[in-house]
Amino acid sequence: MQSLRWRIITALVVLALGLAYMMPSLPGVSGSALGKMLPGNPVNLGLDLKGGIHLTLGVDMDTAMHNNLARLGDDLKAAARDEEIFVLRPNVISDTRIEIVLLKADQQDKFEKAVKNYSPFDVESMESMDDGKVKFTLVVPPQYKEEIAKLTMDQAIKTIRNRIDQFGVAEPDIRKQQGNRIQVQLPGLQDPERAIKIIGQTAHLEFKMVDDIADMEKALKGILAPGRELSVILNRQANGEYTESPIVLKKDSVLTGEYITDAKVQLDTWNQPYVSITFNNRGGTIFANLTADNVNKRMAIVLDGKVYSAPVIQEKISGGRASITGQFTREEARDLAVVLRAGSLPAPVVILEQRSVGPSLGQESIDKGIMSALIGMGMVLAFMVIYYGFAGFVADVVLCLNIMLILGGLAAFGATLTLPGIAGIILTIGMAVDANVIIFERIREELRRGLTAKAALAEGYGRATLTILDANVTTVIAAIILYQFGTGPVRGFAVTLTLGIITSMFTAIFVSRILFDLYLKNRANDAKLSI
Amino acid sequence: MGLQVIKPDTNIDFIGFKKIAFILSAIIILAGVGSLALKGGPKYGIDFAGGMIVQVKIDKAQDIKEVKDAMKGVELPGLVIQTLGLEGDHEYLIRTSSSDISSQEVRGKVSEALSSNLGATGFEIQRLEMVGPKVGADLRTKALEALFYAVLIIAVYISGRFEQRWTAAGIMAAALGFSIYGIGMLGFDMGFLIVAAMVITVGLCWYLKLNYALGAVAALIHDVMITVGIFSILGKEFDLTIIAALLTIIGYSLNDTIIVFDRIRENNIARKGSDSFGKVINRSINQTLSRTIMTSLTTLLVVACLYVLGGAVIHDFALALLIGVVVGTYSSIFVASPILLGFGPGCEAVKETEA
Repeated sequence: MQSLRWRIITALVVLALGLAYMMPSLPGVSGSALGKMLPGNPVNLGLDLKGGIHLTLGVDMDTAMHNNLARLGDDLKAAARDEEIFVLRPNVISDTRIEIVLLKADQQDKFEKAVKNYSPFDVESMESMDDGKVKFTLVVPPQYKEEIAKLTMDQAIKTIRNRIDQFGVAEPDIRKQQGNRIQVQLPGLQDPERAIKIIGQTAHLEFKMVDDIADMEKALKGILAPGRELSVILNRQANGEYTESPIVLKKDSVLTGEYITDAKVQLDTWNQPYVSITFNNRGGTIFANLTADNVNKRMAIVLDGKVYSAPVIQEKISGGRASITGQFTREEARDLAVVLRAGSLPAPVVILEQRSVGPSLGQESIDKGIMSALIGMGMVLAFMVIYYGFAGFVADVVLCLNIMLILGGLAAFGATLTLPGIAGIILTIGMAVDANVIIFERIREELRRGLTAKAALAEGYGRATLTILDANVTTVIAAIILYQFGTGPVRGFAVTLTLGIITSMFTAIFVSRILFDLYLKNRANDAKLSI
Repeated sequence: MGLQVIKPDTNIDFIGFKKIAFILSAIIILAGVGSLALKGGPKYGIDFAGGMIVQVKIDKAQDIKEVKDAMKGVELPGLVIQTLGLEGDHEYLIRTSSSDISSQEVRGKVSEALSSNLGATGFEIQRLEMVGPKVGADLRTKALEALFYAVLIIAVYISGRFEQRWTAAGIMAAALGFSIYGIGMLGFDMGFLIVAAMVITVGLCWYLKLNYALGAVAALIHDVMITVGIFSILGKEFDLTIIAALLTIIGYSLNDTIIVFDRIRENNIARKGSDSFGKVINRSINQTLSRTIMTSLTTLLVVACLYVLGGAVIHDFALALLIGVVVGTYSSIFVASPILLGFGPGCEAVKETEA
């Protein structure tokens, strides 16, 4: 009995901690003076309980790689030209290879040296062509590809985070998932469609020159002059819908959105919103030269492959400012400014999974979950007292303590409570009494064998404990696997189930024993036990 | 002393029921398998099949037919409309098999059809979920992997814990991992792999005479098969929460089996020379019977509450648990124990090296 005091102290400490962490989750406590004294925060509610959006985005790594190789190829071409080596514009042929044609065979050594010095490429093969040209196949090492994939993911996550920050969502959760996936969780958002549009927009801004002399009829049949491409220009109709009409552009973009430092919405003289963009120094210089060289020509403003407007350049534009007009609504213009300011995504993203839950459904789920938990618990509590008498009462007390510890534990570990999580708690209520049932049945057996209450108690607890451990370890294994492989709500369920099993072992074996020992402490050796 | 449902001297010959029990189990499992075969495999929810669902709550009571009529003009691929949850909730699930269309478009089409065709009745789109086919396939693979690893690790744990045969358990794990890797290389899909893994696990347990593991694993495969079968017969869909429910059932079923097995082991060590192993098993089941019934009852009480009051989203999950708790309790007595006897240490002396 010497150790009883220590066991009581241990139990009280654990229970007090559980209580302290649980309190903020009770209605009314969180904001109060009491709430401020307590550690931690209320239990996090999952999106299915408070409403919000869950998105899984897939980053199109092939496009990212393609763009990257194309840019490297262009850099190489430019570097070669500086050394007076003449090559044709390179072609990307796979996710690690480009093809580049050297015009003069006698420059081969010089070009190989340039490849080595100015690019991460290795020469994989070369092939002499007629008329003295040499076709090189260049390849980047696999580590380079991995590096690019990593950088692309990091940049995509950063860009998405920037966009969401501008959108003003409290507590967004953005994380990288295996493969090239990104998970985004936005709690409590009212307008899911708009958020999805902003997050998913690549916002790859390019300026391209319009080919006004191209033959549109031929172009529509797919016959295009070299270096030209067919695109669509968006025209906004009075009813807010867009119609598309064809336009022929020069393929090379003359300037891209990388050089943008700021973007904001402004109103023109007719109160039409437009997006004004500011370039950095380098972008400003390029833009000034470009406009000076192309006065009276049309320049297309291309966002994600679609032309928003194609104004005629009236004069040289210096000062590093430009504007995108496109008969936007105010909201559209604001969203466009957000994505331009936050930067373009390094590659297009696809929405692979989307789950949005309205806040009202969330509230209803909580209400129903709590209601069924309370009723289920009430029945179990009553049942235990009827069946086991005083011992049943002890089991009930520890069951309540158990629920308190689960909630406290969820809050302390910062876990998220989801609807299946509530189900996990409810299931735990049912199974939590199991440990006590096993012990009580064992004690009854020992009492029938004629042992005194104290001896039966010791024997019952001793023999039942191992059984309980064995039985629960397997459930914990199932729960851990569930956590490992599960996503979102399933994980929530696994967490509450595991926590529930651990706390129920503590309360049902350790705490209930203390209560029995206290009850029998000052009684005679032949005292009876109501069980 | 409180109430006692099971009298202390109860001695029901459970093992004697094994024939009837096996036939009963076989019939239910065959019915389930038959239903799966007829329906061409399990009916996957959007988590696994991909597609989109919109959950709508309508203010007034509406016949499902009226809702279907209202949605008639909406052209979406594989459009299905079904009621959700209990009567009186007026909640409906609108599904489309495509995930190519934007959620915005679907939201728009559904809202438009409902507001123009349902008269003055108000409605609210409570939930919209879209899962792409790639994610769906991944989730399916992951879910099956979860079931597979759960069974494997549990088999290893039981063999080690109950028979102190960690080496044999380790050999089993290695052999299983190796064969699955081999079969996986041949390019079969995950569903086939799971079935193969289960067959190999049972085969290995039998070959290595890991009888406790064999009984427990057979019981939990039995429970999962019955639950899946009943779900198929009832035309319910499989989604992530059902996988969670299946894993919980595995946990529960084992929990139950292990408590009986623990007692069998204890009684077997202390057994008197004249007792047959069958008698030991019977005595152990009888001794743990009140506990089995009590725990199943309390668990069923709360799961039933969840089923009736938990709301639409949790409804099928609770149903799976209800079936699983009943079947799990039954299987520990009528499936796991007879199997343990059937292949068990029978007449030969048991060499137990207690840790």
